[in-house]
Amino acid sequence: MTPRLELRRISKSYPGVKASDEVSLQVAPGEIHAVLGENGAGKSTLMKIIVGAVQADSGELLWDGQARQIRHPAQARALGISMVHQHFSLFDSLTAAQNIWLGLDRRVSLEAVRGSVKRLAEQYGLPLDPERPVHALSVGERQRVEILRALMTEPRLLILDEPTSVLTPQAVQGLFTTLRQLAAQGCSILYISHKLDEIRSLCQRCTVMRGGRVTGEVDPRQETNASLSRLMIGAEPSRPSPRAVHAQAPVRLALQGLAAAPSSPHGVPLHDLHLVLRAGEILGMAGVSGNGQQELMSLLSGEDGRSPPGTLLWSDDGGGVRDIGALGPRQRRALGLHHVPEERLGRGAVPVMSLAQNTLLTRREAVGRWGHWSPAKASALAAGLIKRFDVRAAGPDASARSLSGGNLQKFIMGREMSATPRLLIVAQPTWGVDVGAAAQIRAELLALRDQGCALLVVSEELDELMELSDRLVVMARGRLSPVVPVAQASVEQIGLWMSGLWDGDGALPESQAMRGGAAGAGEARHVQA
Amino acid sequence: MFKLEARARPSRWISLASPLLALLITTLIGMVLFASLGKDPVQGLRMFFWEPLRNAYAWGELGLKATPMILIALGLAVAFRANVWNIGAEGQFVVGALAAGWVAMQAGPETGRWIVVPILVAGTVGGLAWAGVTAWLRDRFHANEILVSLMLVYVAELLLQYLVYGPWKDPAGYNFPQTITFLPATHVPRLFPGTRLHIGVWIALAAVVGVWWLLFRSMAGFAWQVGGLAPAAARYAGFSSRRALWGALALSGGLAGLAGALEVAGPLGQLTPYVPMGYGFAAIIVAFVGRLHPVGIVLSGLLMSMFYIGGELAQSRLGLPKAITGVFQGLLLFSLLACDTLVHYRVRRVRHGHRPAAEPASPPAAAPIHSGQEVR
Repeated sequence: MTPRLELRRISKSYPGVKASDEVSLQVAPGEIHAVLGENGAGKSTLMKIIVGAVQADSGELLWDGQARQIRHPAQARALGISMVHQHFSLFDSLTAAQNIWLGLDRRVSLEAVRGSVKRLAEQYGLPLDPERPVHALSVGERQRVEILRALMTEPRLLILDEPTSVLTPQAVQGLFTTLRQLAAQGCSILYISHKLDEIRSLCQRCTVMRGGRVTGEVDPRQETNASLSRLMIGAEPSRPSPRAVHAQAPVRLALQGLAAAPSSPHGVPLHDLHLVLRAGEILGMAGVSGNGQQELMSLLSGEDGRSPPGTLLWSDDGGGVRDIGALGPRQRRALGLHHVPEERLGRGAVPVMSLAQNTLLTRREAVGRWGHWSPAKASALAAGLIKRFDVRAAGPDASARSLSGGNLQKFIMGREMSATPRLLIVAQPTWGVDVGAAAQIRAELLALRDQGCALLVVSEELDELMELSDRLVVMARGRLSPVVPVAQASVEQIGLWMSGLWDGDGALPESQAMRGGAAGAGEARHVQA
Repeated sequence: MFKLEARARPSRWISLASPLLALLITTLIGMVLFASLGKDPVQGLRMFFWEPLRNAYAWGELGLKATPMILIALGLAVAFRANVWNIGAEGQFVVGALAAGWVAMQAGPETGRWIVVPILVAGTVGGLAWAGVTAWLRDRFHANEILVSLMLVYVAELLLQYLVYGPWKDPAGYNFPQTITFLPATHVPRLFPGTRLHIGVWIALAAVVGVWWLLFRSMAGFAWQVGGLAPAAARYAGFSSRRALWGALALSGGLAGLAGALEVAGPLGQLTPYVPMGYGFAAIIVAFVGRLHPVGIVLSGLLMSMFYIGGELAQSRLGLPKAITGVFQGLLLFSLLACDTLVHYRVRRVRHGHRPAAEPASPPAAAPIHSGQEVR
């Protein structure tokens, strides 16, 4: 049978990175084909090439056996390629039907759209009232709007990008039913995910990507979670000889039953977190982003002051213990708790302000009496950081936004690492920086550790965590896995844990079911209906 | 055909030239306006740009009107930079004037010149308290400060009318809606004989220096501006958004109230229903035309003062309607906003007939990390 879509040796480079490196892929008619990979593996770039949002540098794309050039999304739509994006693009104040109508040919009347939406919704078991405004819909229902919008064009290839990341387990089952039905009618489906269980239960083929390359094409039904995660994450990285871990190193910060409801509608609730951060030790936190890491870091840094009393206990060198839950970021920083946020521009730095001014966010060197700050001292501090961390910038007066992402990362990392922190919490320490700078940042982190600083490194790059950390923990769905010394951790085990499966039986923990609260219950009812 | 094209980075040069360009456009439209009203455009412009500068007395009047607007605009510049949209300075000005007027009415024949100090302090506190209402509603109930501060202007004006038509009416004033004429001891000291300029000028200049320090050298001002520019960065740094809200409103309200007190204890000398002269609203334009910078505000304050005086002259000498002042102010603000487009965009000629290829609007979003603008 001629494949519906075939990619041959597709390559795409961005400055400094090969997002797609000779990727080949075949999707048969009616096949549900998974594309599995960690964030940054090149899945999104590949999909953008297929829908025409991005042009490949080289390689061929065949549609029904014929070579095609897809230059922009309208062309892809004309061929019958539709995509449901991870982040919805819906107008809150319009109804579901109006939102769908917006994306269609002008000649179709809203009335006709309403009818087809109702018909499609019934046909595919996607219960949805087209007259309800989007702001009144649950997340799962919003996704149905997106899917119905894609189905309106009668696609022959439907691409879904991480469709279950916002869904409750019941809603996931409902979605799978719909997708199987679509496939049975001959529509090909490309299913992008990093959730092993889902892929194994839904898909017939699976292309695994890592670092822009295809690392395997398998039948996921024949694989185990362990074998899939090995393909996804790669071979066991070579590790530096394990350090003697000071098991009895002094505790710097203890989390005792830290929990919090989400502060935003798309947030993740944190459940009963227990963790000990020790002086002179790096604790690596693995996990797919969006599983509560952001929420946890906000609670630790003090930006989110809702930690329940007695759940965040700081120990100073003299052995005194104090509850820091009520302290703000500045007070915690005064104790020595520094933090590098994941979002660099706009959070770690003010885009329009100079690097010198940006030192004032977390450093006090240039601040004197009466809150007067000295531009000369701030400039000197910034100039020192630029020099020491090899930041490519025009100088201390360059605005933060004039720096490339990697250079700004070096600046912010440098600002916090050189502040002689006693606990440093870092998200994605080497994100976007080149190999040499990454090595320098890692060396500085290790040096900090050896000076007795406690470090918590949150990263999606397992290799990096394996290389840096003394102990590892995984965060998934707002909960923490057991902590293992890195010498005893295997990539397979960590990969499994990243799916939230550390209870052994693969059952979804209750925290997932609780996510979304009432909306989740509502969806369960719809699915059964 | 012309096309607007986003600049890679905002132009600093245009940012400074934009107010001048806006002034030029305002002048040109003003000339058309004069001509279409059947007046000699040159004569009209004379009223606005020459008469207010003709002699020492004229300069004194210019400074007299510029002083309150500069004071108010300084506070507003701080608030706007902190992303706190206090547009109710007019109301804070009125309440400041009321508080100052009350203190002035307490003076007796034996009261010394020291009374001026409590008058000015009362005005400042009055304006601050009025802005505090906005801050509290915003802080406590998330009420929009734009609407609240604006609506409180009308409340303040009604309060003023109630007082001058009622309890504070001068018993010997032939039933006119006004208070007693304040005793000479309550008048703020004048600077030069023959002009009405008073020490408010020095206070305004001191405020220029103070606000400059606050904005560019103090941690408090820095923190407020970070809150305005990047709220997430302010949270990360641990700068309190509540403190920024209260601080910015207190400062802008206090300065507006002080300006009100200086009016009452200066040129007005009593409270009448005509205390609100639009300085509080004009100061919004002054702040923006002055690029929210203390020095720029001094220049734009003088310009706006010329418009006020020119409008009055055009009214009395050319028989133009009073609204002409407001028309000029509005023209200037609108031209400025239009010209500010050029700070972020540039105009490019597009050849006729040749349409750019219908590129999809989707950016190459796959590599935001790597495609960020590299430094030079």
